[in-house]
Amino acid sequence: MNIPLLTVLGRMSLAFLEATGAVTAFAFHAVRQAVQPPYYRRQIISQMLEIGYYSLPVVGLTAIFTGMVLALQSYTGFARFSAESAIPNVVVVSLTRELGPVLASLMVAGRIGAAIAAEIGTMRVTEQIDALTTLSTDPFKYLIAPRLIAGIVTLPILVLVADIIGILGGFLVGVYKLDFNDTAYLRNTLDFLEFQDVFSGLVKAAVFGFLITLMGCYHGYTSKGGAQGVGMATTNAVVSASILIFTFNYFITEAFFAR
Amino acid sequence: MSAASKIALRGVTKSFGSKKVLQGIDLDVAPGESMVVIGGSGSGKSVLLKCILGLMAPDRGSISVDGEETVGFNDRSRARVMRKFGMLFQGGALFDSLRVWENVAFGPIQSDGMKAEQAREVAVAKLGAVGLGPEIGELFPSELSGGMQKRVALARAIAREPEIIFFDEPTTGLDPIMADVINDLIVKCVSDLGATAVSITHDMASARKIGHRIGMLYEGRLIWQGPVADIDHSGNAHVDQFIHGRAEGPIRMQVRKL
Ligand SMILES: Nc1ncnc2c1ncn2[C@@H]1O[C@H](COP(=O)(O)OP(=O)(O)O)[C@@H](O)[C@H]1O
Ligand SMILES: [Mg+2]
Repeated sequence: MNIPLLTVLGRMSLAFLEATGAVTAFAFHAVRQAVQPPYYRRQIISQMLEIGYYSLPVVGLTAIFTGMVLALQSYTGFARFSAESAIPNVVVVSLTRELGPVLASLMVAGRIGAAIAAEIGTMRVTEQIDALTTLSTDPFKYLIAPRLIAGIVTLPILVLVADIIGILGGFLVGVYKLDFNDTAYLRNTLDFLEFQDVFSGLVKAAVFGFLITLMGCYHGYTSKGGAQGVGMATTNAVVSASILIFTFNYFITEAFFAR
Repeated sequence: MSAASKIALRGVTKSFGSKKVLQGIDLDVAPGESMVVIGGSGSGKSVLLKCILGLMAPDRGSISVDGEETVGFNDRSRARVMRKFGMLFQGGALFDSLRVWENVAFGPIQSDGMKAEQAREVAVAKLGAVGLGPEIGELFPSELSGGMQKRVALARAIAREPEIIFFDEPTTGLDPIMADVINDLIVKCVSDLGATAVSITHDMASARKIGHRIGMLYEGRLIWQGPVADIDHSGNAHVDQFIHGRAEGPIRMQVRKL
């Protein structure tokens, strides 16, 4: 009974290592192609609009409710210790360090990771990627590099917006529901805010932006077998990006804040 | 390898896992010649073209273009040789996010660095060459019928005036009349450009019309090659069965008994 279990575990580890290797090789190739000319400026700009600008409503809504619920929850908790004054601090630190980057990135992963995988996957199974190559255009430079660049550049901007909107959400609940004095709330927020909090969040955002677009591109580019294959690629892109976001989130936090 | 060949293949093999698709292909195509490869669905016709284009690497064998060995080329050499090719894909493979004229002008703009204005004129001229008016250029591929998409794909394939053009099942999925229109366009475009052509098809009417020479792919090998005129008395039972479309014969379809 032990041997089949070991075999299964062994196979799974091998498959995992193989996939990791394939993704890493893909990532290195993509980055090398992204930093070498030619650069497709129009592609980069349209991807920035797609990934950044059109994600604003989703990210904004996520952020404002997260900020609001943070203020409310920490009030119900902290009121027991008469520590209500710590609420602005809790809101701003948890938003900028963790919830801003992680939640915004997860929303973008669902929106953009899936869209990229579906688009590139469809191009793969309809031979459009082969057609690019026969027209002497490197698909890594034309399709993948613009998406990676747009992800790395726009996610930090999105997260900065999410931070601001989230803090505003907390402020609204604090002032209009929990009867904080508005200037006191704002002063508390600004006093507690440290550069490191925001900066670590933005670094996370850039890394997550890379991971989201990389997973979308990788699963789309390697998809095969028609509509079903493309469907699987979309699912895999979102799931793997989400898991990678949580994993990298821990390690980046450790790098910044663990002593 | 004969120096006069535009394309020469020697012992090309390609497998996917345990599935052997090409099992030693020898093929010579002379400059200006139109070669047609016939064979059943799944016999490896598309794989053959993709190996020559370098979209897939063959497992073994040699592929040379203008006497230059292309197997194992790096990206730069590959791009240089790719410039000689135009390819009409089986499903058209038009970029669905771009307008028709942008599809046709893609090669000239993106890789030859032509200015958009000039490339647009080229696109309109090429669309005209396949019988499509300039107003079609403003549409998206999804707004076109299958026959029109094939024509746009043909216009895109010839836009850079390639020396060698590949046609992957150009008439599949079209009605007989539209198929013949496409055949005529292919013959005209190839002779206008003076290009070398390799077409793959299982449409015998198309093969007879566009080919100078025909080769039959079966079980990973070219089992017969000869001039079009010889196809009806090839003396090869496999070829006879294929061109007459008979279920009975040496070629056994892998279908389960009912
Ligand atoms: N990328 C690939 N991966 C695995 N198998 C493939 C791939 N491309 C083609 N094949 C297999 O090779 C065989 C020949 O395919 P193809 O050349 O497309 O046939 P056709 O002669 O109809 O054009 C098919 O059985 C197909 O399943
Ligand atoms: Mg095919």
